[in-house]
Amino acid sequence: MAEDPITGIVCPIRLDYTITPGRAQTRFLRGLESGKLLGQRCPATGKVYMPPRGSSPTHGLPTTEEVEVADRGTVTTFCVVNLQFASTVREIPYVCAQILLDGADIPFFFVVQEVDVNEIRMGMRVEAVWKDPSEWGPTLENILFFKPTGEADASRESYKEHV
Amino acid sequence: MSELCAVTGVGQTHHDAERSDLSMHGLVREAAVRALADAGLEWKDIDAVVVGKAPDQFEGVMMPELMMADALGAVGKPLLRVHTAGSVGGSTGLVAAKLVQGGVHKRVLVVAWEKQSEADASWVLMMKIPFAAPLVAGAGGYFAPYIRAYMERSGAPKDTGIKVAVKDRLNALKNPYAHLKMPDITEEMVADSLMLWDPIRYLETCPSSDGACALVLTAEDALGSCEKPAWVVSTAMRSEPTMFAGRDGVNPQAGIDCAAELYRKGGITDPRRDIDVAEIYVPFSWFEPMWMENLGFAEQGEGWKMTMSGATALDGDMPINASGGVLSSNPIGASGLLRFAEAALQVRGMAGEHQVDGAKLAMGHAYGGGSQYFAMWLVSSDKP
Repeated sequence: MAEDPITGIVCPIRLDYTITPGRAQTRFLRGLESGKLLGQRCPATGKVYMPPRGSSPTHGLPTTEEVEVADRGTVTTFCVVNLQFASTVREIPYVCAQILLDGADIPFFFVVQEVDVNEIRMGMRVEAVWKDPSEWGPTLENILFFKPTGEADASRESYKEHV
Repeated sequence: MSELCAVTGVGQTHHDAERSDLSMHGLVREAAVRALADAGLEWKDIDAVVVGKAPDQFEGVMMPELMMADALGAVGKPLLRVHTAGSVGGSTGLVAAKLVQGGVHKRVLVVAWEKQSEADASWVLMMKIPFAAPLVAGAGGYFAPYIRAYMERSGAPKDTGIKVAVKDRLNALKNPYAHLKMPDITEEMVADSLMLWDPIRYLETCPSSDGACALVLTAEDALGSCEKPAWVVSTAMRSEPTMFAGRDGVNPQAGIDCAAELYRKGGITDPRRDIDVAEIYVPFSWFEPMWMENLGFAEQGEGWKMTMSGATALDGDMPINASGGVLSSNPIGASGLLRFAEAALQVRGMAGEHQVDGAKLAMGHAYGGGSQYFAMWLVSSDKP
């Protein structure tokens, strides 16, 4: 006699892992503990990487020189997210932007809040909103989100190499 | 001098949101058995098996190839897994082609797959990493800003992506294996669908699919009874870092260089004129015009004109994704190999209703990661 097939069983997995950040990442994480964003400069091109990885992705050289970058910058491009993900509980819509921090030469993804999704635009100036210093740890999660500074937009020329 | 390599067998599953009728093992066998039948071979004829799929977490099974040697007919034979993120299907085909061209093996079975219904790929893509900025919106959230940058840079009409979304779904109606079947799709329907990751709408996005694809690659002196081989005339693979200062995420250098190498080795001087049909990895509709420029089918800033003029339609002068493409079926690990397989079907004249008349030279393309891996091949009905 045919039985109903079992078409699926649920097997939850979880992933806990330990990372050894290494010397370069340690310097970056120690900076975050005191509210500083420490980029690192490629010795060949002079470009400042933030977050740094300890080596230049274009030249494979150690990035030993540290450069503090600002916690404000320019939105180079962005998207507006209208989809709820199981893994991030956020009120939708929210803005996810590539942000070029002042002093850095590479944009990085972050959430922008306290902005009307119809107002967000390329070139908009934004700044980090930090957690209370008593809650700071060695993590980028010290920054809650970015928000508009109210400054005039950056010129297209100032960030066109970064989109 | 390297050996000639030909595709003599092509097989794929019926792709769907959830193939709950099959285990992962059953899924790969469905494709592999069809490829062997097409090649007129049996399992015992195969010398080696090369497999590829996206990261293990995408379906929640660690190193599935370890428990699939029997299902893949690989017991006692070399079994190799390739791993290059979303481009893996393409790279897997290329690694297998090299084994034949290098004279290592005569007949290699290539299998790539994904059973996306078994886990949550978006969860995997959004894991928290302590020293890197969070990727907060899945794959669409990563690529949408680059699409916006392309729209701004090219000045393309806003409905370019909508046109691609409709074209590929209508092509999928002619492909019996395609996942999405949307006979009533219209531009209005796409335009009105939810803006998931502005500027990407729901219907401008690929589905999540369960599916597999398999190829048999054969050396010239082992063609057997195959009367319609697709000859591999050129291959190329390139990569670049996901992030570096000044990187052009819209038009990655690795893609430009990979295509240049492919064309040089294949004797192609004008890809739009010389290539009859191309299967390009387009997971979000706007990537069609973006890749047209990256691959040299159009001048910079003008890829959208090919879409808007109908050149990339099935009856256009440069048909792109006659099979319905990734926008219609996306078993991630298999998606690249499906592009390669569809290119082979076209030059063998075996693409059925989505056949491009008289196709003799076809391109298969795959990309992966943050547009950092590229894999491409050219296949021909004519022996090189």
